[in-house]
Amino acid sequence: MIDQPSADANPVPVRHRRALAPSRDGRPWTFYVLATLFTLYVVALYGPMVCIYILSFQDVRGGLVFPMRGTSLHWFVDLFTQVRTGDVKGAFSRSIRLAVVVTIITVVISFMSGLAFRKRFAGDSVVFYLMIGSLVAPGLVLGIGVGLICNVLGIETSWYTTALGAQLSWTLPFGVLVMFAVMSRLNNAWEEAARDLGASAWQTTFLVIVPILAPGLVAVALFGFTLSYDEFTRSLLTAGSLNTLPLEIWSMTLNVTSPSLYALGTVTTLISFLIIGVCLGTIARIQKRRAAGPAAH
Amino acid sequence: MVVENGSIELAGIVKSYDGTTRVVDGVNLRIPDRAYCCFLGPSGCGKTTILRMIAGHEDPTHGEILIGGHDVVGLPPVERRTAMMFQSYALFPHLNVRDNIAFALRVRGVGAQERRKAADAMIEKVRLTELADRLPAQLSGGQQQRVALARAAITGPKVLLLDEPLSALDEQLRVQMRQELSRMQRDLGITFIHVTHTQLEAIAIADIVVVMERGKIKQAGPARDVYDQPQDRYVAEFLGGQNVLTGRIERIEGDSAIIVSPEMRDVVVPLGVRRTASAGDRVDFAIRRDDVDLVRPERGGGERAKVPSRVRAIEYQGNFVKVILDKIGADELIAYVPDRVFYRDPFSVGDVVIAGWEKDKTRMLA
Repeated sequence: MIDQPSADANPVPVRHRRALAPSRDGRPWTFYVLATLFTLYVVALYGPMVCIYILSFQDVRGGLVFPMRGTSLHWFVDLFTQVRTGDVKGAFSRSIRLAVVVTIITVVISFMSGLAFRKRFAGDSVVFYLMIGSLVAPGLVLGIGVGLICNVLGIETSWYTTALGAQLSWTLPFGVLVMFAVMSRLNNAWEEAARDLGASAWQTTFLVIVPILAPGLVAVALFGFTLSYDEFTRSLLTAGSLNTLPLEIWSMTLNVTSPSLYALGTVTTLISFLIIGVCLGTIARIQKRRAAGPAAH
Repeated sequence: MVVENGSIELAGIVKSYDGTTRVVDGVNLRIPDRAYCCFLGPSGCGKTTILRMIAGHEDPTHGEILIGGHDVVGLPPVERRTAMMFQSYALFPHLNVRDNIAFALRVRGVGAQERRKAADAMIEKVRLTELADRLPAQLSGGQQQRVALARAAITGPKVLLLDEPLSALDEQLRVQMRQELSRMQRDLGITFIHVTHTQLEAIAIADIVVVMERGKIKQAGPARDVYDQPQDRYVAEFLGGQNVLTGRIERIEGDSAIIVSPEMRDVVVPLGVRRTASAGDRVDFAIRRDDVDLVRPERGGGERAKVPSRVRAIEYQGNFVKVILDKIGADELIAYVPDRVFYRDPFSVGDVVIAGWEKDKTRMLA
């Protein structure tokens, strides 16, 4: 009834081009080049740190350079008992407490600004660029500025006031930027559905938005904590008379010439990894509970 | 104020976001309690905006919305006794089926025990008992839709508002869920308002079909009326199944017009809605595609419209054959021929045919 177009009457000639042919074991040569490159990169990234970790486990005869002299936990004990190495314990507890406060403030404010920035408001782009500005401002300059202003205003600098402020100038913009990415997953329909079902604004926030965004909020918390925990430049001139941990380490590099410095490096790294691990574990648990079989609750 | 029944009245509803363009432009409509009403129109015609205004997610710029006789403009959804089912269902991804369905009770402060009992009863109603502990991501599209329906229905609303409820489903499931919606509407005994751009869906399911174009209602009425007796070219073309032809009135004979065009001669159409038309006027009229029959030139006869034409394309549709003929001016002329009739003496592309129809099958359009 209807003319069938004669198929393949004029087939398009196949152009033979040398494609990237897989080698016999299924991987192109580029794989090996890139794998080597990546391995070198990882060695360059972690090598120096690993050296420090190894050297921190020397015994009492240990020095600051290789070769390794014996193995023991001597310098870890030394770190927390000897006064001459400085107030490591105090600095450590200050840093942790400061980081916790910074984390809480960062998460709360980032979350709220994330919600605010979902709608346009008067001056929103100004606020946004001011925020980015404080992110790109050199930390040391910012720290000096904060120190100067406090000096002029007669405010005494201390780790829990001025240093807290200086650190927030860094963690908040970071937190808000991460929050923007997190918020992009939030569908307006969820809030509307909650409202439709009779939820108040508070109920919508705490029963719907926060649980849905929980993994993202944990990520913001992680950012806040680690940024604060090893912040140096902004704390240098704002922490006052008592040092935070990074400041303590820095002063130790100036006057401590024993492997206890390395021991400190090992301990702080372990704590960082512990916190990162806990955070990532939490995110993974939340997501697993959402994705995997029948939820248990 | 207590809304006791699900009758809805829209009076002079206007919605404008920028003060100049009107998304909804003066809509008046009355929907009786317990009706299944479909808003039908292309995207951007304002149908979803009307739905959202009834739901209380947007306020009209002008006009009144009455539910059960009470003006509800400015009231939150809960006080309107409405519930909405969102296009993508908007199920809470972190809550399992039971907790999703019980959400409305939870925010009202209903105790955990009672909440669970009510939710489980509703889960049984939508036949999801085995899936009560699953999360939305682990459900199929049809199951998600049933959860959304149950979640919306648990508070005992008087009006359920459904925004394109079937658009996320594949064809087969769509037909199945259509029946499910119909069943739920009868079970719950409440008003359903359903927004769609698919005419087949609308006429299959609705008691009342409301056809919209650019913020205005073009025609509202029972599905069969809207399909069989479209009032104007837009409705006829949107609902489909009709040939809409244009011609000039040559003369008027009694209550019929004799219409001519370069391709047609002496086509008789009852005046109908164009009672005041006179000779020389250009008019649109409609003839259902399944009322057009085709004969070969040598045969034919009788008191019928006869339009000589040629077969341009043939599409087999299963129970009928769609025969596309040469255009009449700018208008398509298509005949739906039952397949048993067609294959008695099948036409081929290029055949000359006479398209004919009974005079009283034609309908003048406004």
